[in-house]
Amino acid sequence: MYEIFSEQILILDSAIRLSVPLLLACLAGLYSERAGVVDIGLEGKMLGAAFGAGAVAYVTGNAWLGLLAGIAVSVALALIHGFASITNRGNQIVSGVAINFLAAGLTAVLGQYWFSRGGKTPPLTDGGRFPEIDFPFAEQMMDVPVLGLIYSELLSGHRLLVYIAFLAVPLTWWILFRTRFGLRLRAVGESPAAVDTAGISVSWLRYRAVIACGILCGFAGSYLSIAISSGFGLNMTAGKGFIALAALIFAKWRPVSAMYTCLLFGYLEAFAINYEGKEIYLIGEVPSQFFQALPYILTVILLAGFIGKAIPPKAAGVPYLKERS
Amino acid sequence: MNRFSKIVFSAVFATVLAAPAVMADPAIVYSVGGKFDGSFNESAYSGVKRFEEATDKTVREFTLERDAQSLQALRNFASRGNTPVVAIGFNQANALGQAAPEFPETDFAIIDMVVDKPNVRSYVFKEQEGAYIAGLLAAMASKSGTIGFVGGMDIPIIQRFLCGYKLGALSVNPDIEILSNMTGDTPAAFADPVRGGEIATSQIKRGADVIIQAAGGTGLGVLQAAADAGILGIGTDSNQNGLHPGKVLTSIRKRVDNAVYDSFQSAQNGSFEPGIQVLGLADGGMDWVLDANNKMLVTEDMKTAADAAVSRISDGTIKVHDVITEGACPV
Repeated sequence: MYEIFSEQILILDSAIRLSVPLLLACLAGLYSERAGVVDIGLEGKMLGAAFGAGAVAYVTGNAWLGLLAGIAVSVALALIHGFASITNRGNQIVSGVAINFLAAGLTAVLGQYWFSRGGKTPPLTDGGRFPEIDFPFAEQMMDVPVLGLIYSELLSGHRLLVYIAFLAVPLTWWILFRTRFGLRLRAVGESPAAVDTAGISVSWLRYRAVIACGILCGFAGSYLSIAISSGFGLNMTAGKGFIALAALIFAKWRPVSAMYTCLLFGYLEAFAINYEGKEIYLIGEVPSQFFQALPYILTVILLAGFIGKAIPPKAAGVPYLKERS
Repeated sequence: MNRFSKIVFSAVFATVLAAPAVMADPAIVYSVGGKFDGSFNESAYSGVKRFEEATDKTVREFTLERDAQSLQALRNFASRGNTPVVAIGFNQANALGQAAPEFPETDFAIIDMVVDKPNVRSYVFKEQEGAYIAGLLAAMASKSGTIGFVGGMDIPIIQRFLCGYKLGALSVNPDIEILSNMTGDTPAAFADPVRGGEIATSQIKRGADVIIQAAGGTGLGVLQAAADAGILGIGTDSNQNGLHPGKVLTSIRKRVDNAVYDSFQSAQNGSFEPGIQVLGLADGGMDWVLDANNKMLVTEDMKTAADAAVSRISDGTIKVHDVITEGACPV
């Protein structure tokens, strides 16, 4: 029994690490889409951020400067998306796809130009990465049954960005549902005309939402290149931005549900890693592809209306026209 | 202009203008993961570098983003008169099987797979032999009695490697526990260091204290995770001891560099011969590396045992099971 428990703790521990980039990207998408700007460029922004963070952290040997660079790149890409879809009222899907292509191409070309390693950045020194943080007494607590394992394996020993990601959840909830800015942000995603009538700038609100989205994507990308790995690798986001988008729909655009969804998706992946080739009790051996596909399958089932209904913000994807002439 | 943009430009212009320039420069098509994957492709790249330094020829290069590009890349090089055209990686076998008959005058070579055509030279390696040495050293170095294996794409040559690794470890310690994971089922599994790191971390948490990577570019993440956790990694294909000095037990080199160099050189002096070349420990096609970065990790006992195993595999006293020709791994 205890063995099963400790095994589950290890899987959960792995799930936390795997869900962090999803969670950050998912919250990023939440800000943007709640304000009415559909963003399928999450993947591209993460990739750009991962590259910026990896490159600057390598050059300066400082993880904090790397993180700032990652956020700067991501926000810059977010502003391009904003300029295309808010100011110029372009198609948000097309603009998002363009961001993805732009990031995939630019990171490879600039990486090759600067570092001549086929688009990769060189491995980072210790100062260029966020170290693992061990909670006080984690070692000593290890022997305490149940609680010790939870404390020292599950909660302790993650990198700073992991804790930031989970703190971003209540913060996002508070901003969206307890502040004036949040109220207006949600309103602009539902009925921009009403916001406009109240004398509040729709564009400025949406821009702020898009910038918030950029900042969170910056954290997500930096986590990939300067926290869990050491340096940027070509296309290292590997579709996480799209899974985050699926998670956002699955969570019905709500921050706390987003956290649970991302943890679930992370858990599925961790479970697949742990049980690959092993027999699962009563079920037998399950191919690991099944678990990799499960997030998408679950989202499709949700969209088909089997697990409640996912209703996006009403004005999502619709550019706001102040006046028709 | 650096080499990468040269390739991009020449590839683009070749398709646009279809310039029928004739050059006898050799060409190489790297597999997914790229020539700086620190492992398999990089080994090929070091063969290219050696050839370029020895002669004043330039080698034309192309890196696959996905398998589908292989056929076009091979045709491109062949139609521009490059010879030999070397394809790196098992995943190019189909494309080469198609391209080779179209250019009967061009010499082709492929690494890691057999393509039976009259103008193709196929280099295959006995991965199981090198892996046996890795398993043996891992089991001797392990204090926890648990060792790990992270493979790339789930394909026969990686399974063959895994089997050799298990056999080598069990030859030292019959009770050893071996954790093994494959990264995925597409060639992208050779280029995902983030996932590699997570798989390695999960094995470390389950008690592994020596982990081998057989996953190309993904393996960089494996070795990083091992170094972060303060346990030992084992490199493959290229010498990876220097990536994390003191944290990489050894590297099992697959001398793709020699195969590439050999094919270029033989085409150069007209002695290129099609057929199958099988390389193993006996002929130096596989070896394990002991250098300044890992000599404090390898004890005298370990060195003696590994050297003994190498010579016994070379003279045939030990026959390491090959899952491709002999069926499923016995352990």
